[in-house]
Amino acid sequence: MTDRNRIIIVGAGHNGLVCAAYLARARREVLVLEASDRVGGAAITREFAPGFRVSACAHICYQLDAGISRELKLGAHGLKTAHANLRTVALATEGDHLVLHGGRLEAGLLPDKDRAALADYHDRMLRFARVLGKQHNRRPPRIGGGGRSELIAAAMLGLDIRRLGRDPMREFMRIAGINIFDVLEETFETPLLKGALALDAVLGTNLGPRSNNSVLTMLHRLSGQATGVTGGLSLPAGGMGAVSEALAAAARAGGATVRTGSPVASITLEGDRVSGVELESGEKLAAGTVISNADPARTLLQLVGARHLETGFVHRIRNFRSKGMAAKLHLALDGLPGFARLAAQRAGDRLVIAPDPVYIDRAFDHAKYGQCSPDPALEITIPSIHDRTLAPAGRHVLSAIVQYAPFDPRASTDAARAEFLERTLGLLERYAPGLRRQVVASELLLPADIEREFRITGGHWHHGELALDQILMLRPVPGAAQYAMPVDGLYLCGAGCHPGGGVMGAAGRNAAHAVLGGERAA
Amino acid sequence: MRHKDHFKTAVYQTPFHPRTSFDLTPMTKHRITGKDALPFLNRLITRDIAKIKPGRVGYCVWCDDNGQVIDDGTVFHLREGDYRLCSQERQLDWLTRSAHGFDVKIVEDTHEVAALALQGPTSCAVLKAIGCTGAEKLKPFDIAYFPFADGELMVSRTGFTGDLGYELWIDPARALELWDALFDKGGNHGIRPMGTHALEVARIEAGFIQAQVDFLPADQAIRIDRSRSPFELDLGRLVDFSKPNFNGRRALLEERRRGSRYRLVRLDIEGNKPARSAYIYDSKRNVVGTVTSAEWSPSAKSNIALASMHMPWGRPGDELWAEIYYQRELKWSRVMARCRVVEGAFFDPPRRRATPAADF
Ligand SMILES: Cc1cc2nc3c(=O)[nH]c(=O)nc-3n(C[C@H](O)[C@H](O)[C@H](O)COP(=O)(O)OP(=O)(O)OC[C@H]3O[C@@H](n4cnc5c(N)ncnc54)[C@H](O)[C@@H]3O)c2cc1C
Repeated sequence: MTDRNRIIIVGAGHNGLVCAAYLARARREVLVLEASDRVGGAAITREFAPGFRVSACAHICYQLDAGISRELKLGAHGLKTAHANLRTVALATEGDHLVLHGGRLEAGLLPDKDRAALADYHDRMLRFARVLGKQHNRRPPRIGGGGRSELIAAAMLGLDIRRLGRDPMREFMRIAGINIFDVLEETFETPLLKGALALDAVLGTNLGPRSNNSVLTMLHRLSGQATGVTGGLSLPAGGMGAVSEALAAAARAGGATVRTGSPVASITLEGDRVSGVELESGEKLAAGTVISNADPARTLLQLVGARHLETGFVHRIRNFRSKGMAAKLHLALDGLPGFARLAAQRAGDRLVIAPDPVYIDRAFDHAKYGQCSPDPALEITIPSIHDRTLAPAGRHVLSAIVQYAPFDPRASTDAARAEFLERTLGLLERYAPGLRRQVVASELLLPADIEREFRITGGHWHHGELALDQILMLRPVPGAAQYAMPVDGLYLCGAGCHPGGGVMGAAGRNAAHAVLGGERAA
Repeated sequence: MRHKDHFKTAVYQTPFHPRTSFDLTPMTKHRITGKDALPFLNRLITRDIAKIKPGRVGYCVWCDDNGQVIDDGTVFHLREGDYRLCSQERQLDWLTRSAHGFDVKIVEDTHEVAALALQGPTSCAVLKAIGCTGAEKLKPFDIAYFPFADGELMVSRTGFTGDLGYELWIDPARALELWDALFDKGGNHGIRPMGTHALEVARIEAGFIQAQVDFLPADQAIRIDRSRSPFELDLGRLVDFSKPNFNGRRALLEERRRGSRYRLVRLDIEGNKPARSAYIYDSKRNVVGTVTSAEWSPSAKSNIALASMHMPWGRPGDELWAEIYYQRELKWSRVMARCRVVEGAFFDPPRRRATPAADF
């Protein structure tokens, strides 16, 4: 059968596209099938009000792998940045805001002690994040694998930790499993500083600053910068969708076919191996290899079906924690909002509302028990300041990640959404008086909305929580952490795999290598 | 009587202990029904359940994803799409967990069914004496229903002994009545209750393994080398790789490729001292296996054992020795006894399979 040579990729999220581009470069016949009518998954730009466009999910690019950008020539395929190096502004309700850039304080007031500690903290965390970052491009070791490559992979991880040196290594081991709240508490005094740093640890997670694992998630977030890949927080010109468009162009240039508007209903099997896919339209397409960019639960329980898998594996996939808590706010504004006491040239930076770690922890508490936070924590960008293509002249778009919103609120999703929007606008108004009157249109996506629009089960940023029991060789689940799933010819390539989510591309590339490696082994 | 409306002990008979009965009520029973009962069981169990037609019973094992045996038991295909799964250990958790994605209903009805084993050469005659006309026509692993009192008695030609025998299944409310009828009408056939020791002897003679004795259920094993695969329990015939998916399939394929770690063998041991828990040595005094079950067999008139051997030991013809400890008047002694690997059951009388079943 000639179709055995065909590789089908389910989903044109950025990881699916990276995977397609690498396989196409290796001269494989690749067909990408995307349910939505545009490529990119959670990395897209779309209109949410007439004339206003926004990065509808991911909005700041800080992890995109430099090797991937280079190898796939994303620049040549049209990717440009609107701003390459955003600062972080920790907004204060009264007094000075803090402007942070890497480990430096650029504006605002901090006691000397905190100022020194900040530089030291930043260096230390970057070193640790680098250990994690180094694993991103490696296939994680398989537990109990015992083979030579498994041992090498495990040894490399151990070696990277050892290479930190004795004291840093002890420190790494000490903090890796504890929480960001305690680490910040023992390092800094100023609540506003601690709040901004704590937010980095919990964005996109199901964690509060006092939850264990929150140091790990902070390191994961930093790991993009740590490996020096993009040099900081950037805004792609044209929004996040531009990254995906460039990836799609690279994949197509290599010979891959990308079809949008083609939702896959099921992954078909013949005996114990994949034989292709069936689209919702009823169309059947044969393939010897199927790689899914969809999340693990959707891929395995919905598209493959539990009955074709073994009980223990199904149980682990069902227990892969994947309920998101990050909501996304989009505002169409008829002018530039005026944040109190904020210099005009800073309004285009990354603005955070996280006055202190206890504030974030309280916000989390509500979500833990099924309510949206009455006083949420926010990460805000106004990309139209740097990118005039996003809004009509003189007008602006505000894009914010709002935490926390439970996946299944106690109230109905509609009621919860309305109330959360109201609370969030009220909060913004406190920081930017008059902002409410500038709002022409608004959109708030709760995790359940994100699940629906982006087809991410649970609406989680990383397709599933990044936690000690769900990372590296345990991601998504023990026994299937090498992109290859326990059905011959089936692979995963999305954020649910090592090294997790964020617009990075590493999962897609590693999966492509796993597929090519699997061909060699067979 | 412990459960006053259930059987206390049951009925078996061999030439040695004629006609015996044994209470199976505490054995775990699950009822599996619904549109997907067959695909559910086929994914759960290693053999092909589609081959067990309505009115038939099959012996089976089920494994975890690592291909290690969780338990063994019997599947009764009661009526089209309606199954009973019997096992020693409680399995509801595993069955429920396995049901995700299947349209099935699973209930544990251990205490809603009274069950009694009636085993031995005259067991068919006893059945006929209580009114199960035509019982002799049941083939091994057949199920039939007979009117009893004003209800129904289910009879299956199954059992945990290597002899002719049946298992009787009835509403607990009629259990006492059935017991009385068996002992009234079966008197001439020598019926009498049987205890666990007699059953233990009978099942080892038949070569049947038992959870917690000959293997540790995989879900209870903590150390990875403690559990066993079906191949390692000499149950490879119950593994059907032509099914595209079942629990343990991938691991078992891998085991078939790489080879097993252990094998279960039947040993005939010199002398008459049961080799319980004995180490098995090769000719150079290396430990190469352990006895899991051992008894003196009155039917085979030999000293028998089941043993788990490290590969490759346990081939017919291997020189093996059992280290047996025994007590005489409170003093312990030790003997090294020569072992012979036996193929097939120790006791396998033709009447076990003969249909129609004879009366004796
Ligand atoms: C609210 C929010 C904010 C975020 N902000 C940031 C940020 O600022 N910066 C950052 O780096 N990351 C951010 N992230 C994370 C980032 O967006 C994701 O981790 C990343 O986009 C995941 O990419 P992916 O390719 O692995 O999967 P996805 O982008 O989820 O792609 C999967 C694709 O598969 C498709 N698909 C699913 N099922 C089917 C089917 N049956 N048939 C066909 N196609 C199917 C989907 O439509 C989708 O296109 C954010 C996430 C969220 C939820």
